[in-house]
Amino acid sequence: MSIIMTLRIALKALNRNKMRTVLTMLGMIIGVGAVIAMVGLGRGAQTTIEEQVKSAGTNMININAGNYSFGGVRQGQGMSNTLMPEDAEALRFVPGVQYVAAGANSRGQVIAGNQNWNTRIEGTDVDFPFIRNWQPKYGSFFTPQDVRTAQKVAVLGSIVSDTLFGPEVDPTGEIIRIRNQPFKVIGVMSTRGQSAMGQDQDDIVFTPYTTVMKKLQGQQHINNITVSATTPETAPVAEAIRETLRIRHKLSGSDPDDFMVRTLEDMASLRTETTKTMTTLLAAIAGVSLLVGGIGIMNIMLVSVTERTREIGLRLAIGARSRDVLLQFLVEAIVISLFGGLIGIGLGFVLSDVMERTLQWPTDIPSNAIGMAFGFAAATGVFFGFYPARKAARLDPIEALRFE
Amino acid sequence: MPVISVRNLVKTYTVGEVVVRALRGCDLDVEAGEFVAVTGPSGSGKSTLMHILGCLDRPTSGQYFLDGKDVSRMSKDELAAVRNRQIGFVFQGFNLLSRTSALDNVELPLLYNGGSKLKAAERHKRAMDALTIVGLADRFHHHPNQLSGGQQQRVAIARSLINAPSIILADEPTGNLDTRTSIEVMGIFQRLNKERGITIILITHEADIAEYGTRLVRFRDGRIQADQKILRRRDAEEELAALPPPEDDEAVMEAHPPAAEHGGAA
Repeated sequence: MSIIMTLRIALKALNRNKMRTVLTMLGMIIGVGAVIAMVGLGRGAQTTIEEQVKSAGTNMININAGNYSFGGVRQGQGMSNTLMPEDAEALRFVPGVQYVAAGANSRGQVIAGNQNWNTRIEGTDVDFPFIRNWQPKYGSFFTPQDVRTAQKVAVLGSIVSDTLFGPEVDPTGEIIRIRNQPFKVIGVMSTRGQSAMGQDQDDIVFTPYTTVMKKLQGQQHINNITVSATTPETAPVAEAIRETLRIRHKLSGSDPDDFMVRTLEDMASLRTETTKTMTTLLAAIAGVSLLVGGIGIMNIMLVSVTERTREIGLRLAIGARSRDVLLQFLVEAIVISLFGGLIGIGLGFVLSDVMERTLQWPTDIPSNAIGMAFGFAAATGVFFGFYPARKAARLDPIEALRFE
Repeated sequence: MPVISVRNLVKTYTVGEVVVRALRGCDLDVEAGEFVAVTGPSGSGKSTLMHILGCLDRPTSGQYFLDGKDVSRMSKDELAAVRNRQIGFVFQGFNLLSRTSALDNVELPLLYNGGSKLKAAERHKRAMDALTIVGLADRFHHHPNQLSGGQQQRVAIARSLINAPSIILADEPTGNLDTRTSIEVMGIFQRLNKERGITIILITHEADIAEYGTRLVRFRDGRIQADQKILRRRDAEEELAALPPPEDDEAVMEAHPPAAEHGGAA
C-alpha cells in the first residue's frame, strides 16, 4: 500500500472524529508554541546584549592590573600596582593598536553648592571618547595639556550633572569639590544608559588620570589601560599587548601575568552564556508541555485502537498486513503532531509578538528553531504513535472481529 | 482438483488452564462450484474450521490445501495476501466502516491488493460493478447508517467480490436479518454460485438457511458428523416470487433510514 493511500486513509479516520483530533492537536499546538516563544524570547535577550556590547565601543581591549590567578597576597582587580603610565605609552607602538587611554580610578563625595553625590571618579586619557565612541554633550573633553599637568578639571556623567545641577542645565565653568579639592567642570558627557555588564555608565566623573594619581590617590601606578584596535579582530592585538607587557614587566616563561587582558568579546561572552542558560531552561520547561502533548497523542491513539478494534479486524481479514495497520495508525499520529506543530509555530510567533508589544520584551525567533520545532513535533508523533500502532498491528484478526 | 482440501485438521488452544480441542482431526474436500452449508451447535468447531479455511488462523496439525497450495504453514504476510485475493469474507455483523460510503467500503480490499497501482477511476469502476451485481446500483454514495440491514449485507457481499475470489466464506450472514431479507441475501449467494461458479462456504446454525446449499456438513465435538448432498434444495428466487410484493418493508426503509444500530464495524 502506498504512503499516499495510507495518508488518505489516516486523514479520513481523523476527519471522522474532528473534535477529538482538534483537542489532541491542542497539546502539540501549545507545546510547540511555547517552545518557539521561549526560544524567541531568549534569542531576543541575546541580541539586546550584543547591541549593548557594540555600543560600548568597537574593537575595545581592557588591560587591568593584577590577575585572578596571581599568587601571594591577592588584591582586587586593578588594585595591584603593576601597571605604570609608561606601560600605556609603550602600547601605542604595538601594531594594530589605534587609541590608548591609561586609567586610574577613585571614588568619592562630589559637592556642588548644597548638593552632593557619591560617585566613581575615573581618571583617563584624551583618547577615551574615541575608544568608547562617546562624546560630551556640553563643553569638551580635557586636553593633552590637562593630562600632562594634572589639571583639576572634570567632565561629568549626565546623572552626576543632573543630580548636582539639575536636569537640562549646562554646568560648564562651575566649580565642584571632589574630596574637598576644587575641580573645574569643563563638560558633560551625553547619556549612555546601562553597560553590557549592567552598570550605569552615566553615574561617573571623568578627570585626567594624572590628576587621580597625584591629587586624589597619591599613587605612582595606574589601575587599567583601555585600548582600541584598528580592526574588530581584537584577539591577535590582545596577544601582542600581552607579549609587550610581559617583556616590560620582565616576566620569564613560567611567571604568571601580573595583569589581565580582556577583549570586549570576552566580557560579553559571560553575559551571553548566562542568557543562553536561561534560554535553555525556558525551552526545557516549554519542552515539558510538548512531552505532555505527546503523551496526549499516545493516550488518544490507544483509545482509538481499542475503539476501532473491529475495523482493524476487518482490515486484517480482507488482506491488510500487520505493517499496513501499523503504518496507518502511525501516520494518523504523525499527521496530528505535524499539523499541531505547524499551528504551534504560528502560535509561537503570535505569542512572541504579543510579548514584544505588551511587555516590551525583545524577541527574535531564529529560523532554525522553526525547523527544529517541526522536526521535534514529527519525532513526538513517531515516538508516541508507535506503541498504539504496534498494539493495533499485533491484534489477532479473529479476536478483533469478535470484539464488542 | 478440489478448491479446498483439508487433511486430518487438528486445532487445540488453551484458555487459562483449560485445553480446548476445537478440531479433533477432520477431512474435507470441496470442489469448485460447490455451495457447502456447514452447521452444528455452538462449540462444535465450525467457527474454528471457518477461521482456518479463511486463513485467519493456522491449524495445530494437519494440512490445508487451497487451490492445490499448502497454506497451513504460510507466513502471516503470505496468508494476508491469500485472504485478500482468493477469499471473500461475509460476516454476521456486516463489518462495514461507518461514516464511509458504500463505494469506499467496497473498494477497501483493493487498497491492500497493489490497489495503489490501480487508478482511482479504475477502482471506482470495479466497486460500482460489484455493487451493481448485488443490486445496489442506486446506493453508491450512501453511508451504512443510511442503508437497511439487508442492503448493508449486500454491500459486504460486494466487498467480498471485489478481488474476484475463488471462494466466499459467509459466517452466519443472515444472523442479523429478518426472513425476507435473509432469503434475498441467500438469493444473491445462489446467483453468484450458479452464474459465476464461485465456491461458497456458508456457516449457519439455522437448518432452513442451510438448505439453500448443495451440500450439508454437520459438525459435532470437533469432528464432521455428517456430510451429505442436499436433496430438496431451496431456491431463493422462486420463494421471493411467491412472497407478497415488498412494497411495505422496502418503502418504509427508504423513507426512514434505520439508525446506526443496524450494525457495521467501528
